[in-house]
Amino acid sequence: MTTFWLVACLILLSAAGFALGRHRALASAGGQVRNLHSLPNYYGANVALSISVPALAVLAVWLLAQPMFIETRVASTIPSHLIPENTNIGLMMSDVRRISEGLNIAISQGIMSKSEVVFLDAETSDLRSRLGSLGIALGSDVRPEILDAARSYRSMSHDGRLMMTIVVGLLALIGFSRSYGRTDKDYRARNVVERGVMGLLIVAASLAVLTTVGIVFSMLFETVNFFGQHGWRDFFFGTTWAPNFRGDSELSMLPLLWGTLYISFIALLVAVPVGLFAAIYLSEYATATTRSFAKPLLEILAGIPTIVYGLFALLTVGPMLVKVFGRGDQGLLGLDWMSGATSVLTAGLVMGIMLIPFVSSLSDDIINAVPQSMRDGSLGLGATKSETVRQVVIPAALPGIVGAVLLAASRAIGETMIVVMGAGAIAKLSVNPLESMTTITTRIVSQLTGDTDFSSPETLVAFALGLSLFVLTLGLNILALYIVRTYREQYD
Amino acid sequence: MITQGKHSGSLLTQSARTKKRNAAETRFKAYGIAAIAVSLLMLLVLVTTIVSKGLGAYQQTFITLQVELLEKKIDKKGNRILADIKKVSTFGYAPLIKSAVTAKVEELGIETGLKSKQLVGLLSKGAAAQLRDFVINNPDRIGDTVEFRFLASSRVDGYLKGRVHRDSIANDKNISPAQLDLVDALMAAGVIEKTFNIDFIIGADASDQRPEAAGMGVAMLGSLSMMMVVLALALPIGVGASIYLEEFAPKNWITDIIEVNISNLAAVPSIVFGILGLAVFINYMHLPMSAPLVGGLVLTLMTLPTIIISTRAALSAVPPSIRDAALGIGASRMQAVFHHVLPLAAPGILTGTILGLAQALGETAPLLLIGMVGFIASNAPDSIASGLMSPNSAMPAQIYEWAKRADPAFYERAWGGIILLLLFLVTMNTVAVILRRRFERRW
Repeated sequence: MTTFWLVACLILLSAAGFALGRHRALASAGGQVRNLHSLPNYYGANVALSISVPALAVLAVWLLAQPMFIETRVASTIPSHLIPENTNIGLMMSDVRRISEGLNIAISQGIMSKSEVVFLDAETSDLRSRLGSLGIALGSDVRPEILDAARSYRSMSHDGRLMMTIVVGLLALIGFSRSYGRTDKDYRARNVVERGVMGLLIVAASLAVLTTVGIVFSMLFETVNFFGQHGWRDFFFGTTWAPNFRGDSELSMLPLLWGTLYISFIALLVAVPVGLFAAIYLSEYATATTRSFAKPLLEILAGIPTIVYGLFALLTVGPMLVKVFGRGDQGLLGLDWMSGATSVLTAGLVMGIMLIPFVSSLSDDIINAVPQSMRDGSLGLGATKSETVRQVVIPAALPGIVGAVLLAASRAIGETMIVVMGAGAIAKLSVNPLESMTTITTRIVSQLTGDTDFSSPETLVAFALGLSLFVLTLGLNILALYIVRTYREQYD
Repeated sequence: MITQGKHSGSLLTQSARTKKRNAAETRFKAYGIAAIAVSLLMLLVLVTTIVSKGLGAYQQTFITLQVELLEKKIDKKGNRILADIKKVSTFGYAPLIKSAVTAKVEELGIETGLKSKQLVGLLSKGAAAQLRDFVINNPDRIGDTVEFRFLASSRVDGYLKGRVHRDSIANDKNISPAQLDLVDALMAAGVIEKTFNIDFIIGADASDQRPEAAGMGVAMLGSLSMMMVVLALALPIGVGASIYLEEFAPKNWITDIIEVNISNLAAVPSIVFGILGLAVFINYMHLPMSAPLVGGLVLTLMTLPTIIISTRAALSAVPPSIRDAALGIGASRMQAVFHHVLPLAAPGILTGTILGLAQALGETAPLLLIGMVGFIASNAPDSIASGLMSPNSAMPAQIYEWAKRADPAFYERAWGGIILLLLFLVTMNTVAVILRRRFERRW
């Protein structure tokens, strides 16, 4: 936790700097606040910010950049003939990291001395079993080149951390001496501090963009890796999903996409009519009292975490459906159509329940945005209330409702826990809703949980799936927002 | 002369067409009522399912036994040296329990044809470990007869809770009808009792074999650490971003991009944030797997858009006259915002933050990818730093973990965990609503 202590020290230093700066400013004005250009706290804040902001910024950048720098440096020292076929440098590097971590543990526990590590010989020291006893499992015996790499990795990380501490400390000191030296009754501390705070606000605002960039790049990078090992044609247009560990996995998105869309379709089949009618009733018919209790109750459904719906699908809805459609003669209908609790219908129904409040509250807003004059006109011509709703309100609100449905669809496609628990794990292209099928999100979870090896296509495919999911939901969202926005402008 | 047209007739009697239209009207209204009824029914079913299946986890069956801590079994040398006592594994304690159960059954005079091995089967597999822990902590009690409350095995517990029936155990090798007869007899004698199970709320998770001992406590600490991280990062960053966008940002394409970005980020599936966390925090920055710090960082990125959107709404609700007044008496724009607008918007910001935290608390999918499932969170962290960096679980992840296990006894735990999770969420949402009601100002 050296980083933790470094940050703690910086915070302490800033607090001290605040007090010192404030004191010096007041002293320079002879203790009279009115002689100062800015309020005394601004002088303190100026010193505190000068200490902490540059130092913390450098610390953050350093923490991000150091691993990348060291990885590339160390990776270049490993001769390429050592890399076994079908794997890449990443596998070797994870060994290097593990060994260097093991050496660190060995030193901290006093099993090896620092000088012993420097003169460690891979051939004679039986490093594998020694590290194994510390809980560091290595796949094979340690080769001299790998050990060298691990040693340089270790020393470079160590040096890097030391340098980071020194640089950050120096920056803090420079910041302190500069700002403290400038502190004087005529120094325009408020203007400087406000400019600094503005900079921080801009950084905070751009962090959202940075997140998106991070999402896109982290997935894009691994997706490119994936397509280097697996044909994109097969991924997009193949029809079989069958990962294995022999190296000839069939990884095609189509069966997963089919499962995803099928489940989402069933969910919408439940959510759209129920949600829409609920919204119509609440906005056109219901009295204020009904509205005031029904609406919050509906919104409770939206606030329930998806894990709850997942459990409900797995343990309640699934077994209930089996009771109705399965078990042969013992079932309610005497059918034998369903064998396990997980199925497209299970996940679809439960997801539909989850989406009801989403559809209803969005449609509610949209129906309320239809001008009252249109209703009055229709009613004045002699139409009944339902005729008004069907022939005037709904057509007027249609673009908005379509937008709401698209947003709900994007929710359904990206939903994870319900399908992980309720949909099953078998990838297939089938139209029977009582069979279990799998979805994009389910496969992402299963390919990325447990021990993952970031060099095999079986793991990397999850990133390609994630990127497809991201693009799909983003596209739906943008389309939906565009439709809703143009519709809103119509009546504004 | 009155012409008899097609639509003639009395105003007081409905024509066929009017009847049809009115029927359609009634039908349409009925659809609406049905839709609301269906949704509310679903809510009711969901809540009753959760409560009826989960309440069982808050009660647990205990068996009270007098165990004689025989010196020759657990401290052969008789010198009370802790290191020697610790050498005796839990296997060494099994005979003590065996004789304690047999003695109890004989003392009560219950006729049973069960072997002592089957008698021990009534107790949790963790009973020997409980005994060993006691002896290690109190070596001076060796040789005494001490009364212990052992957890009953999950089958016995299930029998008393109505989960395990006599006709459903035909193929169960863990329990037999004869054992259930004995349970009935011991229950009548007061040896077996069902009481409130505080360990479920404060205890740690237990292995596959001992559903009766599993608890949520450690996972709750994990969730708490994550929420701390989210609060410490998402609140300042979110408020900073909102202040900039709402109060200072010039209208140009850069701010447009940022705004579109934030609204789209709010709709990105949560699992994508998990992928980001795995790729950036774990694979690239080598932060430890399963650490609440990583979970907190991922959830921070996920809740940021929520907090930004609600904070901006709160800021824009403050009327411009406040800003004008502050500027008019000589405040800088920064001072107007930080001294006047922000305090007035604080209740709204707080409400939005609490709702964002509630959303983060219930989120599971990203946690699966950064490894907060699949291991047993057995030790409570001993400091803040280890609470952030050492592997832990989180409440929803723990529930998922229990739902995946094979033994149905864990399902009861999962539902019970959901009750706990929902209690937290309801509390947070109530606080948010109260804050809004209490401090909301209409200008």
